[in-house]
Amino acid sequence: MMLDIKNLHVKLEEEDKVILKGVNLTVEAGKVHAIMGPNGSGKSTLSYVLAGRDGYEVTDGSASLSGADILDMEPEERASEGLFLAFQYPVEIPGVGNMTFLRTAVNAQRKARGEEELTAGEFLKVVREKAKSLKIDADMLKRPVNVGFSGGEKKRNEILQMAMLEPKMCILDETDSGLDVDAMKLVSEGVNALRDEGRAFLVITHYQRLLDHIKPDVVHIMANGRIVKTGGPELALEVEQNGYADILAEVA
Amino acid sequence: MVSVKAKKLAPTDGMLSRHAAAPSASGWADAARASARARLSTVGAPQRRDEYWSFTNPTGFVSNEPAVSTPLAADEAASFADADALVLTFVDGVFDPAQSGDLAGEGLEIQTLADALSTDIHWAKDVFGVLEEAGQNPVPRELTMLNTAVATEGFVLRATQVVARPVRFNYVQTSATSDAVMRNLVKVDAGASLTILESGTIAARCNTVFEIDIADDGALHHVRTQGRDHDRQVFTAMFARLGARSTYKSFTLAMNGVLTRNEQVVEFTGDDAAAHVAGTCMGEGDFHNDDTVFVTHDAVNCESRQVFKKVLKSGATGVFQGKILVKKGAQKTDGYQISQGLLLDDEVNFLAKPELEIYADDVICSHGSTSGGLDETGLFYLLSRGVPRAAAQNMLVIAFMDEAVQEIADEAIADDVRGRIAGWLDRHSAG
Repeated sequence: MMLDIKNLHVKLEEEDKVILKGVNLTVEAGKVHAIMGPNGSGKSTLSYVLAGRDGYEVTDGSASLSGADILDMEPEERASEGLFLAFQYPVEIPGVGNMTFLRTAVNAQRKARGEEELTAGEFLKVVREKAKSLKIDADMLKRPVNVGFSGGEKKRNEILQMAMLEPKMCILDETDSGLDVDAMKLVSEGVNALRDEGRAFLVITHYQRLLDHIKPDVVHIMANGRIVKTGGPELALEVEQNGYADILAEVA
Repeated sequence: MVSVKAKKLAPTDGMLSRHAAAPSASGWADAARASARARLSTVGAPQRRDEYWSFTNPTGFVSNEPAVSTPLAADEAASFADADALVLTFVDGVFDPAQSGDLAGEGLEIQTLADALSTDIHWAKDVFGVLEEAGQNPVPRELTMLNTAVATEGFVLRATQVVARPVRFNYVQTSATSDAVMRNLVKVDAGASLTILESGTIAARCNTVFEIDIADDGALHHVRTQGRDHDRQVFTAMFARLGARSTYKSFTLAMNGVLTRNEQVVEFTGDDAAAHVAGTCMGEGDFHNDDTVFVTHDAVNCESRQVFKKVLKSGATGVFQGKILVKKGAQKTDGYQISQGLLLDDEVNFLAKPELEIYADDVICSHGSTSGGLDETGLFYLLSRGVPRAAAQNMLVIAFMDEAVQEIADEAIADDVRGRIAGWLDRHSAG
């Protein structure tokens, strides 16, 4: 199993607020799972907890990646283990070139896995090739990380990072937010190009439209901190047509 | 000047006695020097209880004890060494022609202050001690009076057209007890422009003043890196007077330093002009860095910007005193000021005193001051990509400082500054 989440309970560290109330989810290698749900259902929290963001406390349950327990790992260790989170709001880092950042990340991960680091030349060759298919030009590569990028450019840059880091488990948090149709197509093509037997995806989205482009194998509905329903792609269409109310009433 | 009368004057003999009285030369500077000496005796030496010095202890600048700072080994090239510039090398605050370029440049008139004293330079009389004296209100700047009274080193520069080649003051410290006083006069003629670069530690203790007079449509760009010797004591003041549609941009990078006070006194006298003063510093341990800025808007539709970012670690103190004064009639003023402290642990101090004083009714003025730790969202973003924690923290320090570095117009110069910052972080990121 690529990702295995069992009975995960999470509360906010600073206040007595429980967000995840027993999430069970397994994602197999080669598959694309989608998580849909109304605002406040805990979708983004799940992605943050898996990636290791501070501010959350796991009170019960477990999460493992290829059998390794990830909840005790630092975020950078989880990354080296093959976990990747595409952010809903990618962060701007002025003064740090996109290439410098990417190369630091790629080589740090390679080093952590005991692999040979890429030379500047090798890295440049690979990054240019991958950037081209995402229509990321040389100027965007040179600019500081995400600074002055449009919403679409930031999301494409997330996918470029994913393509360079070659993770096993990719989590996409509301990647469709703030994208117009063309940008969504470009981003989806980038994701689809990375679909692979050995790689799994967890696509978190509020709307069905992203799933027209990135076709899921399994769709989960999340509400009030739990997965309340699981089905095939047709479940996403049902949400699109009837909203969440019907499904939530049905499982209540 | 009520406060001056009320306080017990601190004696000035100590700081005056450290420096030989300036020789009487042609005489054009004599009156200004005598006046400065007299003014200094009226206000006394700066002391801690002066409000103007409440965040920074001036004792090191005032003492007649020698300041001791053993120069660091020169393990890296001087800042801006790659720039094609007229290089003026000063060793322990004394001009060294042998290590300097020919004192000439297209559109540039240049003389040492000493040579200028024996020549009748009509414009210099209207600048020397004049901008300094005008900048003494509302608070006395005693160390600048001292500078006027005793300085003999420095340059007199005039740009008569657009000067393509920057002038770089290249400072080399060799003596651990060097005590330098430097004075530079700069005139930018109408429509002319000049870039001044400064690099390195001037002396164990220094007092450097620039008086800068920018005529209508003129531009002066100033970028400096102040070295990284730990025990050096640095006092600098830039007095700038701006004509209509002129531009003044000044940026300072300070690394380390037990005592640094950089003052900027900017006055808009013509409409539609712009002044940007910015700086960033980083220090660990016994580090005290003070930026004191006073911008006076006395003309219509002028823009001023102050951007100061201080990175503080393990006992370091950062100070910012910044004021925007908008006089009656200075309508359409656009004044902006931001000062931020990045506190890398709990053992540091960031002291900020932002001030606005506005007597016109149609202006946009804003100021902000923040202090806090590294941006947690940014840190999580970088870590989640597998960037190791120390490298991620350094990237966020760079990101913090870069908002000030971006104020430098010339990209190559800005990149040189970025290289210095990265070097400092490499040396200090072990802990």
